[in-house]
Amino acid sequence: MNRRLFALLLVIFPGIAFAAGGGYPLDHMTPNLDDKASLQRGAQTYMNYCLGCHSLQYQRYKRTADDLEIPEGLMLEHMVFDPNTKIGDLIENNMSKENAKFWFGAAPPDLTLHSNLKGGPDWLYTYLRTFYEDDSRPLGVNNLVFENVGMPHVLAGLQGRQVRPECMQVPRIASNGGVVRDPITIEIVTEEMCGTDLLDAGHYPLVKVEGTGSMSSDEYDTLVYDLANFMYYVGEPARMDRTRIGVYVLLFLAFFYVFALLLGREYEKEFHK
Amino acid sequence: MASIEQSFKEIMEWVDDRLPVTETYEKHMSKYWAPKNFNIWYIFGVLAFVVLVNQLLTGIWLTMSYVPTGEGAFASVEYIMRDVEYGWMLRYMHSTGASAFFVVVYLHMFRGLLYGSYQKPRELIWVFGMLIYLALMAEGFFGYLLPWGNMSYWGAQVIVSLAGAIPVVGDDLMVWVRGDFNMSGVTLNRFFALHVVLVPIVLLVLVVLHILALHEVGSNNPDGVDIKKHLDENGRPLDGIQFHPYYTIGHDLPAIVLFLFIFCAVMFFYPDGGGYFIEHPNYEPADPLKTPELIAPVWYYTPFYSMLRAATFPLLGMTAKFWGLVVMAGAIAILFVVPWLDRSPVKSMRYKGWGSKISLTLFIISFFILGYLGTVHPTPGRTLLAQICTAIYFGFFLLMPWYTSVEKTKPVPDRVTIK
Amino acid sequence: MSDDGTNKGRRNFLIGATSVVGTAGVAGVAVPFLGSWNPSAKALAAGAAIKVDVSKMKPGEILGPIPAWRDKPVFVVRRTQEQLDMLSEDIGRLADPDSLEEQQPEYAQNETRSIKPEFLVLLGICTHLSCSPKFHPEVVATTFDSTWTGGFYCPCHGSKFDLAGRVFSGVPAPTNLEVPPHYFESDAVLVIGEDEGVA
Repeated sequence: MNRRLFALLLVIFPGIAFAAGGGYPLDHMTPNLDDKASLQRGAQTYMNYCLGCHSLQYQRYKRTADDLEIPEGLMLEHMVFDPNTKIGDLIENNMSKENAKFWFGAAPPDLTLHSNLKGGPDWLYTYLRTFYEDDSRPLGVNNLVFENVGMPHVLAGLQGRQVRPECMQVPRIASNGGVVRDPITIEIVTEEMCGTDLLDAGHYPLVKVEGTGSMSSDEYDTLVYDLANFMYYVGEPARMDRTRIGVYVLLFLAFFYVFALLLGREYEKEFHK
Repeated sequence: MASIEQSFKEIMEWVDDRLPVTETYEKHMSKYWAPKNFNIWYIFGVLAFVVLVNQLLTGIWLTMSYVPTGEGAFASVEYIMRDVEYGWMLRYMHSTGASAFFVVVYLHMFRGLLYGSYQKPRELIWVFGMLIYLALMAEGFFGYLLPWGNMSYWGAQVIVSLAGAIPVVGDDLMVWVRGDFNMSGVTLNRFFALHVVLVPIVLLVLVVLHILALHEVGSNNPDGVDIKKHLDENGRPLDGIQFHPYYTIGHDLPAIVLFLFIFCAVMFFYPDGGGYFIEHPNYEPADPLKTPELIAPVWYYTPFYSMLRAATFPLLGMTAKFWGLVVMAGAIAILFVVPWLDRSPVKSMRYKGWGSKISLTLFIISFFILGYLGTVHPTPGRTLLAQICTAIYFGFFLLMPWYTSVEKTKPVPDRVTIK
Repeated sequence: MSDDGTNKGRRNFLIGATSVVGTAGVAGVAVPFLGSWNPSAKALAAGAAIKVDVSKMKPGEILGPIPAWRDKPVFVVRRTQEQLDMLSEDIGRLADPDSLEEQQPEYAQNETRSIKPEFLVLLGICTHLSCSPKFHPEVVATTFDSTWTGGFYCPCHGSKFDLAGRVFSGVPAPTNLEVPPHYFESDAVLVIGEDEGVA
């Protein structure tokens, strides 16, 4: 898009500015609440890796089990770690707020409504995939989406290490937006780019250290997708009922409208008497 | 059959001797003569009533599960959204209803401006209507604090701080309104009482007065013609028709169903209105130490919020903050005196001159621009635009006595025109 | 127009049809309003089955502190053999000695109204007007009954029940005290609020 036009649009429509501004552009994901297997995997990942610090204190195990079609017994066996927890309980953890504040500088927030707070699942989907090693940070990691993040990369064992080199060889972009190729060898012409220029030019500035992490990039992306999908569900568990009932309500009203309109016409005739 | 009708008649006679039920029904429904030439603009009063009923019912039901304390409010809203059977539906009906209320009321007010419905002898109807609008703004303001989200908190914080602009007593007044040194559970508690008890009672009384005043003088119409000038041999207006059943069923019923269709489409599929009905920062609990990046009021206040922000310079020894309050309060107050600003010999925009038509168009455009600007960060360019639009807003009213009296009007027909 | 018969018929039909559809709509709107009065997920969670330890109870004792299920007091009594024997005596004074009224699960519809004869489990709520009766196990002449042989007495309106929760004739309470669903998870652990094999 023409840069000047884009700048003008930014002034007029803040929504674009909001999506583009605020640092790193978010990767888009399309949540799918009908994919129960994905939601179940997401829930499992949450319970294993996130719940220790981040509660889901407005949501109940039972509701989650029912909505995600997990048998209650299986849920208690595989996703609930405290034997005193009952299926009807809220999804809380035992972390004391005071200790957490001391350890991390801020208490880890409850994440029940995180997806709604961020206006959708894209933020989390991008955030969990853009940790990189940064020695200047107390925890040794930083994040493209959440600069100077105060949370360790708990999924590093799965994803592997990512580093952010100062300079990278990147494909040269032609003025028409395409990739420049050598006219004879047809190989992609690369150029060296450094620092923030990489981001400005839209290049992904992180590199995975080969041989680290128990998952391939695709497997890890799927894991994060499932988790973000689950978080989207947990932000508004009524969403599935809402859209289902909404269709019936609209169909009913359309049906009602036909009768109301025909009856109305009967009375309207009197106006022209 | 006949005996049932007979006994019904006897019961009604007994009641009517003691309470004027039939007389009231006839006066306001079956023998209320409404002009035959109403168009689509005449539907929004009825729709406002439909939304009012929705707000009252869902509001009462929400109080059954809501906890009006600083500690419990936020969690109780999520309790309603998750644990209470159909709680999410009641809450979305209420939150979508709030926005729908303002949509129909703004359109209803625009109708008044378009057809001069405030002109003599309908000044009181307009004044009661404006009081309803004012009460509605108060109702929305108090209600928006109740979810106790971070936007609730800071939105209310900003508006309450406006009181601080009042010279001498401002600071003390702020503490008094909040009942604390900052917004707190105490404030939430009193706002809850105002939202669910006091303001609704005031609203209901005003709605009754609005309708009584209307039915005393009769409805205006798109031609601005007085239908009582031409009566038939029975004393009925030739251009009038019984409100019930001809308008209620012939006109209102299909429109209400259509409205409900649109309302439900939004409520079931876009309940947070893309962040305009329920703003994203409101999904985290109120935090007095953390202001959201952009404080924007809900969309229905944004035109006035823009005007508030448009006051950026001190004047006559008073601060810009003070003038912001004056401009905002003035923008609402000036609406009340419209009936006395319009000097036109005709009521309807159909027969008014170019001066009125251009002024109203500019006014509506600037109102929309102000509304938009109130939702975004101010920049120097935007502030200038807001100042220009504020000038147009006030110009529309302050110049009304002039342009309505000098412009050339078209002749008004003797009878209403029906297409 | 009113003298045009076909039009009048059409109008009446449309009035009828619109009324029917409109009534269905009103009924639909009523659903969330009525439904929201049902116990919420929170109430259901709080009302889940409870577990109590009965291994330390001595014969003749009532389990204390009185446990609560769904916020209602539950009387767990370990009856002595003597008390059990007395249940079959003098049944003429009882209104429903064979527990024909459905005030107990099927597995407790027997002479002792229990799974294990010695352990009686009752909701401590009088079937008259929901006061909580008092436990009077002793066989003595009392102010309310000169031939009292042990049981429950409701101080609110004077209803009397025997040591199986069976109501006496001639008292305000209409039926026996309710036996809640329950089962023994083990000899020591009694689960109240749920039939065996559920969940």
